[in-house]
Amino acid sequence: MSSINEIQDEIVSEFEILGDDRESTIFYIMELGGNLEDFPVEEQKEDNIIKGCQSKVWLIADENDGKVHFKADSNTDITKGLISLLIRVLNDRTPEEIIHADLNFINRIGMGSIIGSQRSNGLASMIKQMKLYAIAFQTKLNA
Amino acid sequence: MNFDVNQIRGLFPVLHQEVHGKPLIYFDNAATTQKPKQVLEALTSYYEKDNSNIHRGAHALADRATQYFENTRESVRRFINAKESAEIIFTKGTTESINLVAQTFGRKFIGKGDEIIISTMEHHSNIVPWQMLCEATGAVLKIIPVHENGELDFQEFEKLLTSKTKLLSVVHASNALGTINPVKKMIDAAHAVGAKVLLDGAQSTSHLEIDVVELDCDFMVFSAHKLYGPTGLGVLYGKREILEAMPPFLGGGEMIKEVTFEKTTYNDIPFKFEAGTPNIADVIAFDAAIEFIDSLGKKAIKEHEDELLSYANELTADIKGFQPIGTAKQKVSVLSFNINGMHPFDVGQMLDARGIAVRTGHHCTQPLMKRFGIEGTVRASFAVYNTKSEIEQMAEGIARIAKIKNK
Repeated sequence: MSSINEIQDEIVSEFEILGDDRESTIFYIMELGGNLEDFPVEEQKEDNIIKGCQSKVWLIADENDGKVHFKADSNTDITKGLISLLIRVLNDRTPEEIIHADLNFINRIGMGSIIGSQRSNGLASMIKQMKLYAIAFQTKLNA
Repeated sequence: MNFDVNQIRGLFPVLHQEVHGKPLIYFDNAATTQKPKQVLEALTSYYEKDNSNIHRGAHALADRATQYFENTRESVRRFINAKESAEIIFTKGTTESINLVAQTFGRKFIGKGDEIIISTMEHHSNIVPWQMLCEATGAVLKIIPVHENGELDFQEFEKLLTSKTKLLSVVHASNALGTINPVKKMIDAAHAVGAKVLLDGAQSTSHLEIDVVELDCDFMVFSAHKLYGPTGLGVLYGKREILEAMPPFLGGGEMIKEVTFEKTTYNDIPFKFEAGTPNIADVIAFDAAIEFIDSLGKKAIKEHEDELLSYANELTADIKGFQPIGTAKQKVSVLSFNINGMHPFDVGQMLDARGIAVRTGHHCTQPLMKRFGIEGTVRASFAVYNTKSEIEQMAEGIARIAKIKNK
């Protein structure tokens, strides 16, 4: 399995191929949402909604053999694409790796200017929630 | 000035820019319109030459500023054909105007068990102030339903009117759908049961001829920034006898006649409702915006905007997955829609990638969205400076976006 930084490098080069065309970039992000694992309908509940996102984003996580596995869903396709990128980088890692991950691909892609300030705030909330899950699992594993 | 859209565009500096490498197409006019050079120049000129506090100043600058300020009041009077300029009160905006009426007229004349009628298509700013009033007084809010095409259910409205009705507060043109309501008929019907009527003109005043005497509304409220004027400025029109009977809204300077620690007497209208130093610069600049609209004429403006709307309807009609929301017979230039299988926010962001500015979401009309069973819409709203070529580019963008989920 590639490291967090290797996957980030991969993502950055994929976005570089798209060039400066904003519309193609957004289409691409929307397509990425198709990579998300199926999300259980019964988990689309208030408790799993990430606070701070304008669109609805549901995130759940479980831990297996010391690694955290995320599943997510959203009611908007662009948001699905964004969270699928985060999951690609952080999925099936140890809590330690997730907590300390420096997600530099977001700035390297220039994601802020692609998705605008509202969605950037949402993206930050998603990262925070994923790290909070990791902290919770780490506490549990160390108990 | 003849209606020459290129000449008009020349007056709006903000339109001449690129967004994400594409020429800006500004279709968010129902949220706020852009400002012509005359308005910007009036703002600068005031601060460069005339800045001073108005009324009561014993010097030349205060005199000039006062005169320009009061000139705007007279222009607004003419703009809506009020009987006298004292019936024009400057506020922060439509929202404040409605709150002013709710907290003064409402507190004094509406009590327990009385009824206030609003409609399903109201902006939150014409819902929440009345809910607050009802909570404080025990009055009851009654809601006019909306048909599937976005028109008000007039029969149901008539059923709601009773001797308990004290106020009808209704939007003239819907911000979310564009529907123009049959307000003259509604005002007459409300008056027949002895109710007063507040007309929310935030979305109608830039498109339609307004004559408050002919309409016979008791209050009319609107905002300067949707009329090519500055932000932070609104108007409350009220009939003299009603304004005089209302208690003041805010206490402070300007609104008093005499203050002693024993008793304060209030100033006459309009000053009774304009406590504190008003938004002088923006009021003065608003005069230039009214002059701009007058120079084109509402008739020519409406014709141009109607043409844009029907062109947009025509070009989007056959796009697979395109779902217009609000298809009333009488509309201002608002095209509200969804694309099958897509979230409005995503559609808006993709149009933005093409330099096209639209609004997405519930447009501060959540009860209306609920009525249609949707979370929100994409809203394109057109103004005097928009062109058919811009409509073509938007339709092309919508077609491309719709294809993603509607092959």
